[in-house]
Amino acid sequence: MSDTVLELADVAVEYGRRGQRLRAVDGVDLTVARGEIVGLVGESGCGKSTLARAAVGLEPLAAGAVTFEGRAVTTLGRRRRPEFLRGLQMVFQDPYESLNPRRKVGEIIADGARLGGGSRADGLRQAAELLERVGLPATAAASYPHEFSGGQRQRIAIARTLMTRPSCLIADEPISALDASAQAQIANLLSGLVDDADLGLILVSHDLSVVRQVADRVAVMYLGRIVEIGATDVVWGNPRHPYTEALVAAIPQVGAGVLPADLPGDVPDPANPPAGCRFHPRCPIAQDSCRQLDQRLAPVEGREIACHIRSGGGLP
Amino acid sequence: MNELLRVEDLTVALPTRSGYAKAVDGMSFAVDTGEVMGIAGESGSGKTITALSLFGLLPHGARVTGSIRLDGIELTSLSGKQLRAVRGRQIAMVSQDPATSLHPILPIGTQLTEHMRHHLEMSKEEALSRAAGLLETVRIPDPEQALRSYPGQFSGGMRQRIAIAVALAAEPRLLVADEPTTALDVTVQAGILRLLDRLCRERGMAVIVITHDLGVMSATARRLFVMYAGRLAEAGPTSELLARPRHPYTRGLLDALPQEGGAALVPIGGSPPSLGQVPAGCPFHPRCKYARPSCTTDRPDPERVAEQHLLACPPDPLRAAP
Repeated sequence: MSDTVLELADVAVEYGRRGQRLRAVDGVDLTVARGEIVGLVGESGCGKSTLARAAVGLEPLAAGAVTFEGRAVTTLGRRRRPEFLRGLQMVFQDPYESLNPRRKVGEIIADGARLGGGSRADGLRQAAELLERVGLPATAAASYPHEFSGGQRQRIAIARTLMTRPSCLIADEPISALDASAQAQIANLLSGLVDDADLGLILVSHDLSVVRQVADRVAVMYLGRIVEIGATDVVWGNPRHPYTEALVAAIPQVGAGVLPADLPGDVPDPANPPAGCRFHPRCPIAQDSCRQLDQRLAPVEGREIACHIRSGGGLP
Repeated sequence: MNELLRVEDLTVALPTRSGYAKAVDGMSFAVDTGEVMGIAGESGSGKTITALSLFGLLPHGARVTGSIRLDGIELTSLSGKQLRAVRGRQIAMVSQDPATSLHPILPIGTQLTEHMRHHLEMSKEEALSRAAGLLETVRIPDPEQALRSYPGQFSGGMRQRIAIAVALAAEPRLLVADEPTTALDVTVQAGILRLLDRLCRERGMAVIVITHDLGVMSATARRLFVMYAGRLAEAGPTSELLARPRHPYTRGLLDALPQEGGAALVPIGGSPPSLGQVPAGCPFHPRCKYARPSCTTDRPDPERVAEQHLLACPPDPLRAAP
């Protein structure tokens, strides 16, 4: 796509654990375009937060590349972050921890302008405008973070990212720490911003129903890899990867009055992933070949899945 | 079915800087053996305080009025010692966060056998072998090894299953599960909901599920109580309440959920009142689009509007709604 803002190519991230190398993200390709919301879903430990952090340069890459507006995203280090990366911003999960409790809201938001070379007064004036844009009164600038609810704090955190006029936002579980009604408000706010400001947004969430509601495309991760990716209604309406099927079936439906389907077993230890398809020990349709064949994404029915059984390499 | 728990006109006042404030205000409900009952509402609606009052585990200085009867025994008048004989044995609790409900530096085996040795007076060997069986019930692989392990060695989902095993150790007759799956992935959640369902059917255990997730409610609870600002807003059979909500607050909770077909989420405007700042009249009126002048002055009490259906909204604007 020509208006791609962020591109991840064959990205891998490793952590060291007790002398072992643990590959938390392994060979992920992902792009997001302006005006597009890409949902990234998966169980805890699947590497989705690590991928989000790598996308903004908070984790060093073990392999692959992240490109923002055509230029390489470098890992945050001792040096000043390159100027062009100001357009790539992150919203964190917990607004109780991501805002400095000892600074006024206006100052927190104005930082973005000051770091960009603007004056403090200028920053504060823009902060007032941004607060209104995220649905808070301009007078909130004179208050401290603790005076606000979780949903309001997340609005403040979002206003802070908007100060730099970003073209791409990465939001890591931005609504998980919030109340049900605040969740809907923040999801609506993010989706409105994407339309108005023509932003690209990667929305990381384990809350599948919200991702389904706002995302244009959805990527499903399992144990460090993307197993299914495509338009949200295509993937959700008719999931083809067995793992996506299990995820969708596990969501309790309002009014259904039936227990959701179970997916036995736990996510394996990423330090010691199963050979072949990483989902095979829990997969209901696994065959012998799944234990050996490494899976690659292949197009099936309008989306891509990493399952050779379903994509034609074996019985359907 | 037999009635196990009856709560009548329960009111809990908590001390705040500006005097006592009612966190729970006149709640009444009953739970039968083998039944799953749900309590729903936003945070701050008094769900958790209602649950804690059953255990006598309220914050220091809390004032409780009303009656809580478990199998005919009035819990509110028991001494601390008498209550300890009920807690864990008759009623047990699973809280939202398994990271805080399990002791981090005691082995799982010790935590699992504590109830059995105290309440059931089992020997250590007997208790440990039963503990291994419990871990198998909640599907923890290699139970023998798990008994010697510490909470930090397990994932969040496994820790919550262990916390459930601890709660089940003395075979309680009533389990109170406060947001038991909110912090978990959907796949793990599905496993835990199925486990709770099985325990109700096999052991006749009653469960009170507290959650803001109406999908979880729909899957588990036969009857649903919706709370707002410490008061009952609406109660009835879950399927009926979710299909034809009569209280504007219940309607609002449903509208805030993602819908089939991708219609925009409709959040309830505003936020719930904080403790001690509950508005006069109907507590929901400042956020209610159907509010009338009378709603700002008259405090509505739950009225029976149908068999098993209670509603605290006298104007009843959704009565004729399809």
